[in-house]
Amino acid sequence: MMNKSAKLIENLFDPAISQKPTRDGYGAGVIEAAKKNPDVVVMCADLTDSTRSTEFKKLFPERFIQAGVHEQFLAAGAAGLALGGKIPYITSYAMFCPGRAWEQVRTNICLNDVKVNIVGSHAGVSVGPDGATHQAIEDIAIMRAIPNITVIAPCDAIEAEKATVAVAESKGPSYVRYAREKTPVFTTKATPFRIGKAVTLRDGKDAAIIGCGPLLYNCLKAAEALAKEKIDVRVINCHTVKPLDQKAVLKAAKECGAIVTVEEHQVTGGLGGAVAEYLAKTAPTPQEFIGVQDKFGESGEPLELVEHFGMGVSHIKAAVKRVLKRK
Amino acid sequence: MHLHEKKLKELEIIANKLRQHVITSVANAKSGHQGGPLGMADIFTVLYFHELKHDPKKPDWPERDRLILSNGHICPIRYAAMAEAGYFPVKELMTLRKLGSRLQGHPERSKLPGTETTSGPLGAGLAQAAGLAYASRMDKKTNRIWALTSDGEHEAGLHWEAALFAGKYRLDNLVCVIDRNNIQIDGKTEDIMPLEPLRAKYEAFNWHVIECNGNDIGDVVRAFHESKNIFQRPICIIAHTMPGKGVSYMEGNFLWHSQPFKAGEAERALEELKAIAAKLKADHAAL
Repeated sequence: MMNKSAKLIENLFDPAISQKPTRDGYGAGVIEAAKKNPDVVVMCADLTDSTRSTEFKKLFPERFIQAGVHEQFLAAGAAGLALGGKIPYITSYAMFCPGRAWEQVRTNICLNDVKVNIVGSHAGVSVGPDGATHQAIEDIAIMRAIPNITVIAPCDAIEAEKATVAVAESKGPSYVRYAREKTPVFTTKATPFRIGKAVTLRDGKDAAIIGCGPLLYNCLKAAEALAKEKIDVRVINCHTVKPLDQKAVLKAAKECGAIVTVEEHQVTGGLGGAVAEYLAKTAPTPQEFIGVQDKFGESGEPLELVEHFGMGVSHIKAAVKRVLKRK
Repeated sequence: MHLHEKKLKELEIIANKLRQHVITSVANAKSGHQGGPLGMADIFTVLYFHELKHDPKKPDWPERDRLILSNGHICPIRYAAMAEAGYFPVKELMTLRKLGSRLQGHPERSKLPGTETTSGPLGAGLAQAAGLAYASRMDKKTNRIWALTSDGEHEAGLHWEAALFAGKYRLDNLVCVIDRNNIQIDGKTEDIMPLEPLRAKYEAFNWHVIECNGNDIGDVVRAFHESKNIFQRPICIIAHTMPGKGVSYMEGNFLWHSQPFKAGEAERALEELKAIAAKLKADHAAL
């Protein structure tokens, strides 16, 4: 059953559920962060509107910096801004920053230990028709491998807003991945959010789905459908992939004995990897991995692609049944 | 601006001392770079002992000038200058490149106060300096941001991204010094990937360019002083230097970009430098 303390919306499965892209949450959150802290600045790489920085630019023109199509500069230059006492949010498509700028993120931001918040929009295959070149599905892996950085994948626009505000005040650099496409808004302002603290959305004891990002809505639908088949599934929103909420993961493994991880990302090196790495040494548990199975994306409609790459409700249900057989 | 001859000689004596530190610390580490650090000794001397607004006792002083060393591999000369300036004890230079040392093979900001940034991967220093200069201007600070770069690293695309950015935003609080020593690891820069006309490139990017002899302390002081009278444009100082300057068998030889000393080589280098020191001190006394 649903966990009441998660304070999700009522009528969770209403087909007319309100939908918004998580990048909109960034747009609102960065303004909130900027109002609280005069050191917050935004630097964009020629994608101001599609990364949702236009409103910030209007409200704080003197704190908005246009860097041009210079993603490596975006990261390294932001390190400089941070060395000068600013709290920069740098925005581009995740494929280009952190994608293209990986070494600058690693050396100039993370090793340098400066407070830069990386805003990676258009993550996942749900970017849609633009195709594989623009679909970042390796970003969690390349960020998670770097010491010193916080990695967050918010599940809806409201959580994205909270994450955006939270990283202004957290310690060290951060990477938050956002999506282009509209997805259901199923959390509320009252839903708890703390960096590094997973939220149990649904209680259950037969298996646990540990997910991140907008696919969590599919996870909830899958769990609901499985409940009708008398399979009692826990759903955990593990929005912070790094640092992993080890306590919640271990508890799920011990109490449920079977795990399915779900992410709109390669199954290599993402949330599934983080969970498996941790459980392998603490409580080895059968695990299935929902995500892109070592392939590149392609053009298509967002929802169509999510299905095509095996991340739909039916795929999650099937994964739960598979993992239950391995218990 | 001209320095008194006595002051000039004093700076030359310091530069010589820094060169000796480079030899002893790199020899002690059994690895590291010599050519670049020796070639840049005069510029580091002018910066730390004449030009920079800084306080070794307060490395985080918010109003300080910022010195971003982009080509981090020449850090033995920066460490030598910092030690002599009082940032840390000179004897710590002997920990260079050792496990647990604050003096990493390539500099790390979080380990050594005053280092300003972590560097080594080439081409990233000007970008950070430009970001710093932008932040400084937002805060209406009067400090200057210095980016020390190598000529070889001008092959990196990121460097030119930063050059475009600084030109667009007219960052006149930013000075990029180029160690134009014409060598890089694989050979001469003009053979590996020609940079000339370097001056024209910067001018085309809306920078003001000043050239100087980077191994003539008087000329370096002159160039730095001239740079203060430039407005609305970032400043590029092309400093023509001799790699390995001060050690006869290293001068101009790209192999001494970095190679371990063989038996007796470090001693020979020190002998040469000490002989120069003796002459400088005699000249200084005679003034």
